[in-house]
Amino acid sequence: MATTLYDKIWQDHAIDKNTSSAVGSEGLMYIDRHLIHEVTSPQAFAGLDDKNRKVRCPQRTFATMDHSISTRSLAIDACGPTNQLQLQTLANNCQKHGISLFPVGHQKQGIVHVMGPELGLIQPGMTVVCGDSHTATHGAFGALAFGIGTSQVEHVFATQTLKQSKAKSMLVKVNGSLPIGITAKDIILAIIGAIGHAGATGHVIEYSGEAISALTMEERMTVCNMSIEAGAKAGLIAPDQTTFDYLEGREYAPKGDDWTQAVAYWKGLVTDEGASFDSIIELNAADITPQVTWGTNPGQVIGVNTPVPAVADFSDPIDQDSAVKALKYMDLTPGQKLSDLAVNNVFIGSCTNGRIEDMRAAAAIAKQGKVAEGVTAIVVPGSVSVKQQAEQEQLDKIFIEAGFEWRLPGCSMCLGMNDDILQSGDRCASTSNRNFEGRQGRGARTHLVSPAMAAAAALAGHFADVRDYQ
Amino acid sequence: MTTQTTPAGINIHTGTAAPLNQANVDTDQIIPKQFLTAVTRSGYGKHLFHDWRYLDLHEQELNPEFSLNKPEHQGTSILLVRENFGCGSSREHAPWALDDYGFKVLIATSFADIFYGNCINNQLLPVQLKSEQMDILFSLVKQDPTTSITVNLEQQTVVVGDHSFSFEIAEQHKTNLLKGLDAIGQTLELDAQISAFENSRPAWQQV
Repeated sequence: MATTLYDKIWQDHAIDKNTSSAVGSEGLMYIDRHLIHEVTSPQAFAGLDDKNRKVRCPQRTFATMDHSISTRSLAIDACGPTNQLQLQTLANNCQKHGISLFPVGHQKQGIVHVMGPELGLIQPGMTVVCGDSHTATHGAFGALAFGIGTSQVEHVFATQTLKQSKAKSMLVKVNGSLPIGITAKDIILAIIGAIGHAGATGHVIEYSGEAISALTMEERMTVCNMSIEAGAKAGLIAPDQTTFDYLEGREYAPKGDDWTQAVAYWKGLVTDEGASFDSIIELNAADITPQVTWGTNPGQVIGVNTPVPAVADFSDPIDQDSAVKALKYMDLTPGQKLSDLAVNNVFIGSCTNGRIEDMRAAAAIAKQGKVAEGVTAIVVPGSVSVKQQAEQEQLDKIFIEAGFEWRLPGCSMCLGMNDDILQSGDRCASTSNRNFEGRQGRGARTHLVSPAMAAAAALAGHFADVRDYQ
Repeated sequence: MTTQTTPAGINIHTGTAAPLNQANVDTDQIIPKQFLTAVTRSGYGKHLFHDWRYLDLHEQELNPEFSLNKPEHQGTSILLVRENFGCGSSREHAPWALDDYGFKVLIATSFADIFYGNCINNQLLPVQLKSEQMDILFSLVKQDPTTSITVNLEQQTVVVGDHSFSFEIAEQHKTNLLKGLDAIGQTLELDAQISAFENSRPAWQQV
């Protein structure tokens, strides 16, 4: 029977080989890789300790500090005593349970979803979990990767497995090739706009089509990262030569004979011809324009040259109600042009867009001008490695010269668990993944865009079409 | 409010409901990031819906317009919401906050996946009803906030006045809630099978 990539990974990880692959079937799944960070792990470790349980596979578990840390200082007390306690708790727990930790200041430290791939920790066909919804990022490698709650983190610690039910499958095909100036971020925002903020709830998405195959690994990570913003459990892209080339030689990737065996296995991780999906969505890459969210969920997104929608543009009463609330919170008027909308903050970074290619894309725009007066623009590399690479390429100098701040790696203003927080009424062009009310600070207004679009907004002082900067 | 529990889990709950007539309520709204730096599971209830519930950052001034703050919705144990409740961040602090506030049951048109699983793992019952059924519940609670709602997990029903709505729940979720099972303890009993699985894999996959 023809099976999907998702079916294959599911079957390969079922502890009981008789587990069914039918939608809704229950199975105990083996977990290959467990990534942890300071925010969602302390209660899980405490649960283990309460029952005197151990971490079953510390060697499959890797920890980093990312959410609660300062981007201005390497001191773990830089963001106050509660953040410090959380970071120290992670360090203590990792030491106690023999887990590798990349703390602040470590060469391998970074946002968990940037650190994992760049070290070669994420490989095709793996099951990957983390107490973080953007674990979907790792689906770019053809790994089944999904976010879990803290109770599940504890379950994985103790058993290296998770009870799962088989989700539905959705194929999202992006046909043709991308126009100049259109990025992976625009692809995923356009997809979410098309299927809605909850359009893929209960599904695992597989992305395919010429436009997806043509993406680099970093671009694929940007696409898969925001699968959760469409409600999906996970996003997958079948591994190919691009994947193998990215992985070869990375620290934790297989070596020698193991590499040969691994690649042979990975090459079989594709959806068979004729395999069926529960739903199929197709988009034409040629139709995708630079995307900007206007509302308070990532499905409320338009092209940069499209006017802000009116409530009457929506037929569903729920969508109408959401539009009323979003227009009010975002202080927007229907029909307004985005190019008339002043921004006073720009954030370039996050697990969506904090990789070296994102830094390069933003720098290519930044070198064309200066940050507009009244705009605060920060660039936060996703990891120490990204930061060093960018500095080697002198991208930091381009940013600083143009008036951007060049910070230390971390999650930063994507969610503002440190002191990178916006004030009420601030309007931010952000390369992060969530434009929820208050996400970047109470009363602050977030518009999601690509790194190039964010840099263009910084220079213009308002949203601008990045294609004019090519 | 009464809750009839099985020896360890939950079964029948009767209580009044607070209406939050909104779709796409994300976990950032349920519990904002500034409260995620704690390392415990308790004490999040006072911060539930912080941005909507309080007019100030220090939680001194209640927003009188917010549903949960209205006098008629005090002491409620059931939350009525619309579609895609709990979307966004995987933070389990969201069900911890709802539970700590006093909610036992959440009734929505739909839930986000991770949040739904987190509720099950915290003995917080997520009930999914059809949009028209939610309309009726919202309408009844609006007419009379003291309307009593009974949720029966064993029978998978929501009974309010003359209405009885049935709801779907996966068998293992139902069992876990009814029995209040220790999921980790159960899996640890399969240790031999997990080891056999590990040993059956090619060497390069065995870390």
